[in-house]
Amino acid sequence: MTLTLGHYLGMSAILFAIGLAGALTRRNAINVLMSIEIMFNAGILNLIAAWHFRYFESLTPQLFAVFAVTIAAAESALGLALVIAVYRHYRSVNVEEMTALRG
Amino acid sequence: MSDHAQHLQQLAAQQWLIPFFPLVAAAIQSLLPRSARRLSATLTILAMGMSCLLAARAFWATLPVGEQHDEVARAFFNFTWFRFGTTALEFGFILDPLTAGMALMVAFVGFWIFVNATGYMAEDENFTRFFCFLSLFAASMLGLVVANNLLLLFMCWELVGLCSYLLIGFWYFKPSAAAAMKKAFITTRVGDIGFFIGILMLYQHTGTLTLYNAEGTGALQQAGSLGQLAGWWGLSLAGTIALMLFIGAMGKSAQFPLHVWLPDAMEGPTPVSALIHAATMVAAGVFMVGRMFALFTANAGDWVMDFVMWIGCITALFSATIAVAQFDIKRVLAYSTCSQLGFMMMALGAGGLVAGQFHLLTHAFFKALLFLGSGCVIIGTHHEQDMRRMGGLRKYMPITFWCYLVGMLALAGVPPFAGFFSKDEILVATYHHNKLAWVLATAAAFLTAFYMTRQMFMVFGGTWRGGQHDAHGNETTGHDEHHGHAHHEPHEVSWNMWLPLVVLSVFAVFMGWLGTPWLAGNLFHHYLAPEMPAPEHANIVVVLSVVVGAAGILLGWLIYGRRPMQHAAEPDPLAGTLGGLFTVLNRKWYVDELYEATIVRATQALGTLFRAVDKLVVDGILHAIAWIWWGVSQLFRWIGDELIINGGFDAGCESVRGGGRLLARLQNGRVQTYLRVMALGAVVLVAIYFFR
Amino acid sequence: MNAPILSLITFAPFVGALVVLALPKEADRAIKWVALVSSLISSVLAVIALAQFDPAGGLQFVERVRWIPALNVDYHLGVDGLSMGMVLLTALITPLALLAHWKLIEGVKLFFVLFLFLQVGMFGVFTALNFFHWFIFWEIGLIPMFFLIRIWGAEERHYASLKFFLYTLAGSLGMLLAFAFIYLATENFDFVALQQQAASGELRRALGVLVTDIERVTGSEWDVGTLLNVMFWATFLGFAIKVPIWPFHTWLPDAHTQAPTGGSMVLAAILLKMGVYGFLRIVLPIFPDQVVANLTPLLLLAVASVVLGAFAALAQNDFKRLVAYSSVNHMGYAMLGIFAAVAFAPDVKDVVNEKAAALNGAILQMFNHGISSAALFFLVGVVYERTHTRQLDEYGGLRKVLPIYAGVLGISMFSSLGLPGLNGFVGEFLVFKGAFPVVPWAAMLSLIGLVVTAVFLLQMMQKVCFGPLNPRWAELPDMTGRELFIGAVLMLFMFGIGIYPQPMLALSNDAALWLIGMFEQRPDAVLTMVP
Repeated sequence: MTLTLGHYLGMSAILFAIGLAGALTRRNAINVLMSIEIMFNAGILNLIAAWHFRYFESLTPQLFAVFAVTIAAAESALGLALVIAVYRHYRSVNVEEMTALRG
Repeated sequence: MSDHAQHLQQLAAQQWLIPFFPLVAAAIQSLLPRSARRLSATLTILAMGMSCLLAARAFWATLPVGEQHDEVARAFFNFTWFRFGTTALEFGFILDPLTAGMALMVAFVGFWIFVNATGYMAEDENFTRFFCFLSLFAASMLGLVVANNLLLLFMCWELVGLCSYLLIGFWYFKPSAAAAMKKAFITTRVGDIGFFIGILMLYQHTGTLTLYNAEGTGALQQAGSLGQLAGWWGLSLAGTIALMLFIGAMGKSAQFPLHVWLPDAMEGPTPVSALIHAATMVAAGVFMVGRMFALFTANAGDWVMDFVMWIGCITALFSATIAVAQFDIKRVLAYSTCSQLGFMMMALGAGGLVAGQFHLLTHAFFKALLFLGSGCVIIGTHHEQDMRRMGGLRKYMPITFWCYLVGMLALAGVPPFAGFFSKDEILVATYHHNKLAWVLATAAAFLTAFYMTRQMFMVFGGTWRGGQHDAHGNETTGHDEHHGHAHHEPHEVSWNMWLPLVVLSVFAVFMGWLGTPWLAGNLFHHYLAPEMPAPEHANIVVVLSVVVGAAGILLGWLIYGRRPMQHAAEPDPLAGTLGGLFTVLNRKWYVDELYEATIVRATQALGTLFRAVDKLVVDGILHAIAWIWWGVSQLFRWIGDELIINGGFDAGCESVRGGGRLLARLQNGRVQTYLRVMALGAVVLVAIYFFR
Repeated sequence: MNAPILSLITFAPFVGALVVLALPKEADRAIKWVALVSSLISSVLAVIALAQFDPAGGLQFVERVRWIPALNVDYHLGVDGLSMGMVLLTALITPLALLAHWKLIEGVKLFFVLFLFLQVGMFGVFTALNFFHWFIFWEIGLIPMFFLIRIWGAEERHYASLKFFLYTLAGSLGMLLAFAFIYLATENFDFVALQQQAASGELRRALGVLVTDIERVTGSEWDVGTLLNVMFWATFLGFAIKVPIWPFHTWLPDAHTQAPTGGSMVLAAILLKMGVYGFLRIVLPIFPDQVVANLTPLLLLAVASVVLGAFAALAQNDFKRLVAYSSVNHMGYAMLGIFAAVAFAPDVKDVVNEKAAALNGAILQMFNHGISSAALFFLVGVVYERTHTRQLDEYGGLRKVLPIYAGVLGISMFSSLGLPGLNGFVGEFLVFKGAFPVVPWAAMLSLIGLVVTAVFLLQMMQKVCFGPLNPRWAELPDMTGRELFIGAVLMLFMFGIGIYPQPMLALSNDAALWLIGMFEQRPDAVLTMVP
């Protein structure tokens, strides 16, 4: 069985759906963060798949992918820092309780 | 102008110096510290001595010389005080026998009173202040005497009132003194309103207040023409003015019914009483009537003279009855002063200018003597004033006793003492004028002799009844500060206190001789009023006067001298005989109570009324107006602003606010809700993309 | 006159106020000194003006600059014998009032700025000769006083300040309206011109033209005489409230009682005089016929002020309130003198001099009352600072611990009472001397006031200084050097005027004669007006 673009995209869609479901349903901020990471990775997988099957001779998509990974790492670090800060303030990481920006 | 007239003129221009020295002394003393006691007393006495010398010089100059026997020596000096409109108000000083005699008396008696005061006030902490007030008092009184202007006279008159206010209230910490000082000022002020009206009328109709001027247009020089014009109440204009002036004199000279302040004025230190009741303040009224006598006599048909006589007569008898039933040594003398002033006024009213002024002078000497004597008694008995707790002082205070005796005999009208001659003159003048008044005055003379005898026996006769305080309760008399040594035996006073008594006694003995018809045809009359005919002598008056005097003394001896009081708590022998009447007399015919119930109460009620009027009516109307405005503005607010303007605007605002509140619900702050919406949105977008 | 000395006098405190505003809030001492100095500059200039003043010269130091041509308004200043004394009084009392608050701690900057503005207003009222800016100055006086009472006042300051402000403001509205009518008729706001037009009958004629215009436009019936009468009473009300004449006086005790010491001093000494001055400068010259026609009610009101004011004072138990009522009483004498001076009395011998006495007396009485009431209010303040009570019943025997204070209070009290030798007597004597022949009944009724004045003042003295010492006050300190200085300056004037009043009378005599002459020369008009 050869892996086609459709497989990759399907895998990516599944990963994204899992991430989205986690981000929407999880109460723990860490879990939400992890879910977001999964959604990120789904996107990167999409990018790599598209490069591999359509623009193999170009290096730009790869660079984009690497760039996105770096961004993701930085984002997760920032996210974790925020979570820790929030935890210090609320003594909780339950996102349901963080409603200070309510209108 | 003769040499003599020129000399008088010069002296008149210097008359201002007489009050000037005490005035300067007062000004200096007002700045001295409390500790400058010796300096202060020295200044006062020195200044008074200077005034006395100047007054003596002036007096000497007015003595009749050479041929001019039937003309009064009179000189004056006028100057402008201020200008208004197209005229000026002139002030001036005068030198004539009336002024010269009076000034000399005031300065001389005042001098000795001051000397006595150095002893009486020796222990007082406000010694300096006291002498400052005394100096001012003397300056005011001397200014009054030398004034050739009714306004200047009135100003000094008021200043005399001020000084008496200050001195009566010298022991201001005593509530009774604080009340008495106010009473004295206000009572005399009531009379002063009359005086003031008189001044205004005189000024209006003569155009000047200067009494004499060189052009002959002085106020008194116009008295004759004023007598021809019609005034109020059936009087001539001159009579009306005279009546108004006399009301002022009634206040100052404590004539019935304005006499109430004088006995209360005993709250002041005794030298003050001597000064007020003998030499100065009360004399001012009599002096003023004498000074303005031309107005009183301007129209023979006026009833003003009768009014003066009857007021004097009533006062003389009325006060004498009260004096009979008093126990305070100074109060007896105070009512006696009232009574004697009544005599003087009566004499003036009967046309006896000379008699009235002569009694004023002699009375000044022996009444000052009596008051200073009572001051010595008070000091000698350690601030005791109740005669029931005295007695036997003859033994302890012989000098005071003898001097007091002279004063008493003079006051009782025993020949040959001064009071006999002057009182006799008065009785003669009254006898010729009105027989009823003469009878009443003789009765008053009888009472005078009686109450003075009573006082003598109570104070000096019998045995010492002091030190019985405990048996009698603890009434406070005198002032509290010196109460420490109240149980000691009485003692004679120091020389600076008794020396004035001795000097004044000499005058109380001999001064009357100046006015006797048997000596050079009444010297004093020729001096004071050579143009007036001397009243014809009447033997019945003289005889009766001597008889009632003797009878009064005899009766006094019968009641008080034969069996002296043994104990301070003993009732007065007279109280048993007179019964309820004695209480009425002791309570001064309840005049104070009557005033308290009527005038004082009414004044206070008016005050309360007008305060209430302000608060309730005037402010009430104001507040009503304010409320109406407030109501109207509220009305406009509700109908105009709130309903229409605010109503429409508010509705718009409210809807915006409501919408905002609704939308704000979406933003609940939960990240996941936002994400869900976002996801939903993405799904919708994708759906639209695909199924378009 | 080269230097605009009146403008300098008027605006020196304004400059001072600007400087004070620029100073930092904490610089208490600098603020106080700047305020005092700028106020003193005015005083010095006023004295210089006095030295060059010629009593017989009519209006002097005149400054006249075209200001608003469209409205025919000039900036017009000048003083004559009627106003010179008042300018001097303002120059004298305001620095003393500032000095009285030398120890103020709270809100120093605002207090002194307000005070300087107040002084500008007061000088302006006494120097202005054009209704336009005169009215501005008149109202300027209100605002600082309102805040002085409201911020530094006693317990009921809100009520008092509001009453003071609204009452006075409401009173001046009628006056404003009256002048609006005058302006419509004459197109003129200038006092001098209006006085001449009133004297020549031109004012009445111009108003007649205006009235016919109004009648044509509106179709209603108007009467010139009635209109003038209404205008007169409207103007009268504005000044009567300020004076204050009974029964428009009830704001005064409240305002005085609540105001801070310096405020009371200035209020009594100067603001009240603005009302009386208004009568001299505006009511008498511009409405002469109406004054004469309404003389009986006017005199009745003056007498009521004298008598009822005195009686009401008698029943007060608040030290300051009592002194405030004495102001009503004393201003009554001034009004009596002014109304007597314009009364029509052809039978009286030498009537011009009688009236001159009354009017000079009234003007002197204004000055005298300024001195004595300022002293009394200051002394109330002195004792209030120490005891924090104004209730007369709570004092007693203070002479024992405060002998100097008692002496100063006594002299001030006797000055107010009208004791000869002190200033009050001369003014009162002249007023009565003039009023007695001209309007005997009013003078006789007012004499009751003289007795009652004595009663309430002596009662006050007795309650404060005499009797046994209330032990609560056993430790009170006597007057300080600064306080004694203020008292001494005022006493100097009391004695000075009392002993030699000629300089003060010389200041006003010619102006008084001029004013009286205005009335004496028009007996015809007067006769037709008298009902």
